[in-house]
Amino acid sequence: MTPPDPTCQELVELVTDYLEEALPADERAVFELHLTECDGCIAHLEQMRTTIRLAGALKPEDVAPEAEEALRSAFRAWRERAVGE
Amino acid sequence: MEPVRDARGETALVATLREGDEDAFAELVRRNHALMVRVARTFVPTQAIADEVAQETWLAVLEGIDRFEQRSSVRTWIFGILANKARTRGQRERRTVPVSALEREDDASATVDPDRFFPPDHPRVPGHWASVPVHPRDVPEERLESAELRERVARAIDDLPERQRIVLSLRDVEGWSAEEVRNVLELTETNQRVLLHRARSRVRRALEGYLEETNA
Repeated sequence: MTPPDPTCQELVELVTDYLEEALPADERAVFELHLTECDGCIAHLEQMRTTIRLAGALKPEDVAPEAEEALRSAFRAWRERAVGE
Repeated sequence: MEPVRDARGETALVATLREGDEDAFAELVRRNHALMVRVARTFVPTQAIADEVAQETWLAVLEGIDRFEQRSSVRTWIFGILANKARTRGQRERRTVPVSALEREDDASATVDPDRFFPPDHPRVPGHWASVPVHPRDVPEERLESAELRERVARAIDDLPERQRIVLSLRDVEGWSAEEVRNVLELTETNQRVLLHRARSRVRRALEGYLEETNA
């Protein structure tokens, strides 16, 4: 439960709850009020948002060619059976 | 080029796949296989077994594709099959990660270095930032968009403890909802959020290191 006057050190532990919209209304109000007065926490929150954005911009991993080829073979075998039915 | 992750695209792939289009299947594989292996890896003890589970899942997907009724998304369906197989296999290998290991794996330490704050006995502002962190807007944009930063973020994610890595990957890299992640990994809301918080905090530290270098 968020104290009525959280320190920055307490607040940083709530950032994910805040971004996930999982803070109850009264705690969110306390969080946002703190933000209006605290450059440090504003910067920290923005760093979190940037982190999330950068993670989202990563390219997906490639499939190993052997794995893909094995699966293509499996597909062709399945297709043969399916056509046979 | 931004990778395509739309659900509609995958529904179309399934339709073509059913008609025997091998390339549609290959595309579906390409979009999902690597992630399937990583998710499987959180349930089973070795990479080899994770690969096997993912391969078996594709066979089950093909066998069940005609019965797939599209009430859920393709992805939810595929990963549901995967999670069941991975859990079963993990139990068989007697190495499913128990919930208690969840706590052991994560450092219980604070997610921001306590040295960044004034101590609790500070006369005026205990627990307040001792110095203001770098705001991303105060860094040149080309630095924020640089390949080097992307690599550092990727590496920070790779270095995360397993459960943190998979939760952050699914939520932030792949864009899954909290509910999807909870269902596939069988996590409570709180567990999922704690893992996500710790994962994001570690990656944020890597970002902050880079921002501070820029500003030095």
